[in-house]
Amino acid sequence: MSGTPRTLAEKVWDAHLVRQATGEPDLLYIDLHLVHEVTSPQAFDGLRLAGRTVRRPDLTIATEDHNVPTLNIDRPIADPVSRLQVETLRRNCAEFGVRLHSMGDAGQGIVHVIGPQLGLTQPGMTVVCGDSHTSTHGAFGALAFGIGTSQVEHVLATQTLPMDRPQTMAVTVDGRLPLGVTAKDLILAVIAQIGTGGGQGYVLEYRGEAIRALSMEGRMTVCNMSIEAGARAGMIAPDQTTFDYLSGRPHAPTGAEWEAALSYWRTLATDDGARFDREVRIDASTLSPFVTWGTNPGQGVPLSATVPEPTSHDDARALEYMALQPGTALRDVAVDTVFIGSCTNGRIEDLRAAADVLRGRQVADGVRVLVVPGSVGVKTQAEKEGLDAVFAAAGAQWRGAGCSMCLGMNPDTLAPGERSASTSNRNFEGRQGKGGRTHLVSPAVAAATAVTGRLSAPADLRSEPANGAR
Amino acid sequence: MEAFPSPYTGTAVPLRRSNVDTDQIIPASYLKRVSRTGFADGLFAAWRAEPGFVLDDPAYRGATILLAGPDFGTGSSREHAVWALQDAGFRVVISARFADIFRGNAYKGGLLPVQLDNAAVQQLMSLVETSPATPVTVDLAERAVRVEPTDGAAFSASFDIDDYAQWRLLEGLDDIELTLTAAADIAAFEATRPPFLPAALPIRG
Repeated sequence: MSGTPRTLAEKVWDAHLVRQATGEPDLLYIDLHLVHEVTSPQAFDGLRLAGRTVRRPDLTIATEDHNVPTLNIDRPIADPVSRLQVETLRRNCAEFGVRLHSMGDAGQGIVHVIGPQLGLTQPGMTVVCGDSHTSTHGAFGALAFGIGTSQVEHVLATQTLPMDRPQTMAVTVDGRLPLGVTAKDLILAVIAQIGTGGGQGYVLEYRGEAIRALSMEGRMTVCNMSIEAGARAGMIAPDQTTFDYLSGRPHAPTGAEWEAALSYWRTLATDDGARFDREVRIDASTLSPFVTWGTNPGQGVPLSATVPEPTSHDDARALEYMALQPGTALRDVAVDTVFIGSCTNGRIEDLRAAADVLRGRQVADGVRVLVVPGSVGVKTQAEKEGLDAVFAAAGAQWRGAGCSMCLGMNPDTLAPGERSASTSNRNFEGRQGKGGRTHLVSPAVAAATAVTGRLSAPADLRSEPANGAR
Repeated sequence: MEAFPSPYTGTAVPLRRSNVDTDQIIPASYLKRVSRTGFADGLFAAWRAEPGFVLDDPAYRGATILLAGPDFGTGSSREHAVWALQDAGFRVVISARFADIFRGNAYKGGLLPVQLDNAAVQQLMSLVETSPATPVTVDLAERAVRVEPTDGAAFSASFDIDDYAQWRLLEGLDDIELTLTAAADIAAFEATRPPFLPAALPIRG
């Protein structure tokens, strides 16, 4: 295509312009709207009050994830307020004709796990959801971002959103990740480098050799946490890895349409010579397992480091909340709970990585380990591979699908003062339960931590006696 | 949406914390209501349990302008954060930087996010720490924040807001109504969408 070289984000943006006029935001068409129970009830209420319908129920899909318990999912939700919210979603979906995957349904799961799993998330699309981790879908080369409830109502009513054109930032990760260093470590290092506000106003495009080498699961982990750097969206240009992942999924195109889609998808990559508003570079070969010590996701350091000296009032407050002393080796920090799951790290590859570490080993005494698949589909696959048996034999709890302990909105929470190693995305004060203390880690680090009871990497386990074979 | 009053005058409360994420503004356990109101009890719930939290200081009772450190409203997209602030009486939040989603949500609900440079925010905080009853004027039409010299130490700073957002807030306009004026454009766009794009319905196994 001729004309000015454009970035991936600009191409997708331009292809969705319904209306563009000076002095007002662009009106963008939305290809896929994901809905869950927490941020939608007031939006459906708004439609009812105004006598409006859902314009495109066929481009809308709902699931129950934030409130759902991960035990006894065949019984009604015990908490009456959570139950009302889930029942409200069911009534709204029935009334407005929206596809819903309810608890117990084989299609249920975390909203950002089921879209890709069904093949509904595809390159070049616009995807929105009333959830900030919608950035996950950018792993496919989609422009995907979180929206508030008023915008949920707007998309339901019009299938469009007025949006200001964002700036673009290239995050180039050169070189190769060392053995044992994962997508989660990479994104935690990126956030530590650019800061929790560094991505504000930008769409991030992750590029470079280390990104190309990631699986789709790894790319989803990276894009998922773009919002923790302040960026509404993160994207990765689609390539053969993307096409192989999509091929054969229930809602992926087939036959001649697959070929047409493929030709289009191949045009999406950023053109040579396209200009980004900002560029940052990271050398993958310098990275190692990463862990957060504070109360925002930018407060992270290599696992091999010590708790840093506070350089601000906020750092000092974070250390006080986390009950940590500067100079303490992170490897000496003992945890009560390990959580493996969430839209960041609840996919099959994440569970395989954790199972590889736990196979033939035992969870340390007194440590509670929750393994929560991101969807019923992931759960079924894991059980087919025997991963559930690996977790159970190690002494970990194998649960039903949902958001679980990522956000303290369902029965899975930390008690005040409890400390966790968590594969989720936010270590905010109280995020996993009031007074809970969270260290963000990769699935492999979470599993190794479960074995030792202290923050650990799998490499730390090799010297321990009586380990099972890998 | 109600039109935002301009100029608007109220008293301000200084929250000297940066990276105030939406989990702090309203924890997830308070998000279970299915209405748009009733969230005031969840506002800063964990911090309000701490003795001496500034929002509970009687000197700042009735404050409607929140002054906060940079990166206000990071994290979760929950619009409940805006609703909780509004339910507690806030009309304006002033910070050196806002998270994108929070700012968008605030505009939708008619809560005004005012971005000033950090030095100005600090100056304003010091001013209301010295004199909590100081009336602070936020003039959306003029894009300015002022404290009159007759009301204490004078303060004046201007802020940026895009013309469209300012117009919407001052007029109290509803986005959906505005978009529906482009109904023909939407229909025309839909007619050009490539057939390979997926649909959630009918369900494919």
